Amino acid sequence: MKLTLHIWRQPDRNSPGRLVTYQLDGVSPDMSFLEMLDLLNEQLASSGQDPVAFDHDCREGICGMCSLVINGVPHGPLQGTTTCQLHMRHFRDGDHIYIEPFRAKAFPVIKDLVVDRSAFDRIIEAGGYISTNVGSAPEANTIPVPKEEADTAFDAATCIGCGACVAACPNASAMLFVAAKVAHFAHLPHGQPERRRRVLRMVEEMDRQGFGNCSNYEECEAACPKEISVKFIAEMNREYLRALCSPAADQV
Amino acid sequence: MNRLQRLLNSSVGAKVMVATTGLLLFGFVIVHLLGNLQIYRGQEAMNSYAKMLHDLGPLLWLARLLLLAIFVVHLGLAIRLHRANRQARPEPYYVQHTAHREPFHQRRVKATRMMVITGVVILLFVLFHLMHFTFGWINPQAYGKHDEAGRHDVFGMVISGFQNPAITLTYVVAMLLLGWHLFHGAVSTLQSLGLTHPVWRPVVEKVLWALLIFVVVGNCFIPLSILLGLWPPGG
Repeated sequence: MKLTLHIWRQPDRNSPGRLVTYQLDGVSPDMSFLEMLDLLNEQLASSGQDPVAFDHDCREGICGMCSLVINGVPHGPLQGTTTCQLHMRHFRDGDHIYIEPFRAKAFPVIKDLVVDRSAFDRIIEAGGYISTNVGSAPEANTIPVPKEEADTAFDAATCIGCGACVAACPNASAMLFVAAKVAHFAHLPHGQPERRRRVLRMVEEMDRQGFGNCSNYEECEAACPKEISVKFIAEMNREYLRALCSPAADQV
Repeated sequence: MNRLQRLLNSSVGAKVMVATTGLLLFGFVIVHLLGNLQIYRGQEAMNSYAKMLHDLGPLLWLARLLLLAIFVVHLGLAIRLHRANRQARPEPYYVQHTAHREPFHQRRVKATRMMVITGVVILLFVLFHLMHFTFGWINPQAYGKHDEAGRHDVFGMVISGFQNPAITLTYVVAMLLLGWHLFHGAVSTLQSLGLTHPVWRPVVEKVLWALLIFVVVGNCFIPLSILLGLWPPGG
């Protein structure tokens, strides 16, 4: 396959960026999208040019490290798939592909296609945990969890924190991410002691990080590589209201 | 105060307040339409309904102030959220593309993008509407007349107003825009207020859609039926 790539190049956080066009030949349909970029980078490096910086880690679709907005859609055109699991067979020979970084005030570009997503870490630090000591695994049936609750918690817990929801949202809102974390804990017994405090802290930390607000575009749900439902956003809203009416609002 | 501040200042709280005030305004529009439909019961019914409202005195003023407060909160918080949303993505994407594929969803996305514009147009329409029927500036020759019982002749004023094609067109366009505003707003309130119940959510959504159609069709029908000479009969 022969492709024309339009890739966002930006030397650092404070310099302006621009789209640069590259011709890439010899792309196999069996390559993943990131392997295609590796091929480009090998050619750039061997001709003495600066390779394109992009994030990646596990390349198995579970770590949440890869990003990229491909032809206007985070993680590309394939639904429920991360960029690393997107293969070139979903493109055609001669295609023009536009590759941009995730864009949000809260996700500043570090270099080229790499953005700083530590705003998510700060939201997790604010309440995305449970404060119990981790000892040896308890006997499996000491804490009964109904099947439906466990399923719902797991649907939310599949969030890999990649930030595609922020990238897809016209408002650059992080509400699907925060909602997934809030709902994940709210449906499990272990999450109950800190349930009210958690949602207050996480929502208010999210606001401080400069994300936008949900307008129910539901673009996040369509772009999410783990297909997390926007019903969790409604659930987070309800959790926040309930927490605001609880004694936790005086303590946090 | 801590709680009220958080309700107004946080993203989720502000969304909840916009949804709540939006639902209250939607409720007002429905009651307002039910009142307006008195016009089809004739001059007597319409004018005595209007007199009943006016005779409420201080209660009427209380209701007006409350309505104004709801309007101000709805508009103020919605504009604040909108500004924050614009600031959250300073640099736009080169390729603008929706991740959604279904046409219904894409129509909803368009309505959502238009919320501030349709909202401002509705505000301007409300001012026009007040100038028309409350202050009597738009159609002054029909304003301030009285019927045989000595009551303010609201019936005659409405009929005279909507016999003017320009006024009727303004009302119909405004009501269609209100429908477009509610196309996003009505069901979004359930999301903002956190209604996720698997049984009740679809039921309430259907009720809201029905009310939305009632409001748009009803409010367009009144001026159009008068313009086209369908009402009053023989008038």
